[in-house]
Amino acid sequence: MALLDVSNLSIHFGGVKAVQEVTFSIDAGIVYSVIGPNGAGKTTLFNLITGVYKPTSGEIHLDGESIAGKSPDELARRGVARTFQNLQICMNMSAIENVMVGAHLRLDRNLLKAALRLPSLTRRDAELRDEAAELMRFVGLEKYIEARADSMPYGALKRLEIARALAMKPRLIFLDEPAAGLNPKETIEVDHLVRKVADSGITVVLVEHDMKMVMNLSDRILVLDYGKKLAEGTGEEVRKNPDVIAAYLGAHA
Amino acid sequence: MQKRAYFGLYVVIAVLIVLPFVLPNSFYLDVAIRMAINAVIVLGLNLLIGFAGQISLGHAGFLGIGAYASAVLPTHFGWHPLLAMIAGAVVTGVLAALVARPIFKLKGNYLAMATLGLGIILSIAVRNEAQWTGGPDGMPVPAFGLFGFELSSDKQWYWVIAVLLSVSVWASLNLIDSPFGRALRALHGSEVASRVVGVDVVRYKVAIFVMSAVFASLMGSITAHYVGFVTPNLADFFHSIELVTMVVIGGMASVYGSLIGAVLLTALPQALATFEGWETVAFGGILMVCMIFLPKGLVPTLASKLGKGE
Repeated sequence: MALLDVSNLSIHFGGVKAVQEVTFSIDAGIVYSVIGPNGAGKTTLFNLITGVYKPTSGEIHLDGESIAGKSPDELARRGVARTFQNLQICMNMSAIENVMVGAHLRLDRNLLKAALRLPSLTRRDAELRDEAAELMRFVGLEKYIEARADSMPYGALKRLEIARALAMKPRLIFLDEPAAGLNPKETIEVDHLVRKVADSGITVVLVEHDMKMVMNLSDRILVLDYGKKLAEGTGEEVRKNPDVIAAYLGAHA
Repeated sequence: MQKRAYFGLYVVIAVLIVLPFVLPNSFYLDVAIRMAINAVIVLGLNLLIGFAGQISLGHAGFLGIGAYASAVLPTHFGWHPLLAMIAGAVVTGVLAALVARPIFKLKGNYLAMATLGLGIILSIAVRNEAQWTGGPDGMPVPAFGLFGFELSSDKQWYWVIAVLLSVSVWASLNLIDSPFGRALRALHGSEVASRVVGVDVVRYKVAIFVMSAVFASLMGSITAHYVGFVTPNLADFFHSIELVTMVVIGGMASVYGSLIGAVLLTALPQALATFEGWETVAFGGILMVCMIFLPKGLVPTLASKLGKGE
């Protein structure tokens, strides 16, 4: 059975049909990419599946359980993580604390225990700090373990988002344009990083404009255009699909 | 960095211990006590405003609930002062929790308006229920005693409040550097990111709002017993603004900034008394200059000027 099953998913913002009747499914353990021209509804699709938006209609099943309309924190509990196209880093915190926040649900969040600094809590926090530092090394941010988030360059912050998502120990991770705004060298590094994440057993859903990266990494690709599903299949199938060629290069190409 | 944060706590404790021995007379001791009371309130308020990024323009209302619980319940109903204080805190907590859910669906200006309205309602209630509260004239508050021992002299009050302040600083430092505190700061930094990692954002906002309101209520009770008299001014809008100003001047999201803000803004009106009719103007002028040149507040700005760290 597929890990994620999306059927006839739609959302309308007033008269704008941002996502219309989209159906697809993702098997566990693969890298699944969503591509399409700007405004095709890729990020909206992510927002729907990760609970940031509530769908107008349609169904989403994670491991057979309906998750459509559930809040982001309920989805986080079910092992769904994501990063953001426009960075959502907490600039009021240090880099490593941003990663530690990712482990929020795995911690004892009691207010009173925290105020009294109970040893059980501080011990767990020290372990978590080591774990977070390890994750920062995993994503290639060893230089920034002691850094403040607001002192880090853009490319590093993109990876910091990935580290935070990994701290959730997710089953399914949504990466929204992890290579956007990066130079070619950084893009290759992110490419390797996504591979590493997938190899660690996490199912990856990727939105990306860098076609080389998409073709290189993806087991399957979904193509959206104007909020509708245009095509779905392996990289080879998608590349040869006349509708996809038309959408990307213009109708007469 | 953590070690450094707690180092400040030792400094605070040392200052609190030395202070009563170097203060020349009881006037200064009185000012010190008021500073310390304000500091505890501002610490709680800074958790809400500075760390969690929310606003309350009605905190004096909560202070008023505590103060009037301690005045009315023992006077009219013969309650034990401790019981009255706890009752005030519980009522404040319940009220804050009830209004917080709908309030925290609002953001920015709307949140400010809603808390402002709440504060004004509370202050009007206190002013109008004259048969219980003495109305605009206020009412006397019985002394606070426990186990047959009565807190009467300023020295005794000083030590009680000094301990309260030290514990509050310690607890605030603990809280900030905990899973709870990180979640609070994260929802300030990016609400959507914190939701996606599993932070139930509304619950956290409500929790810190209730906590800071209860802090204010308890300190309201203590103020009432210490001063021995309550007036509606304690609960009014201007006092709320004064508390928020202490947070902002001292430094948002800075524990020690809260202390500095409370100390300065408690001392300033006394120091400016020499200006006679013009003290409010001088006060406003100083605040404006602070905000123009130290927009992040005193402690964070000076800390970053003096090098790294907070």
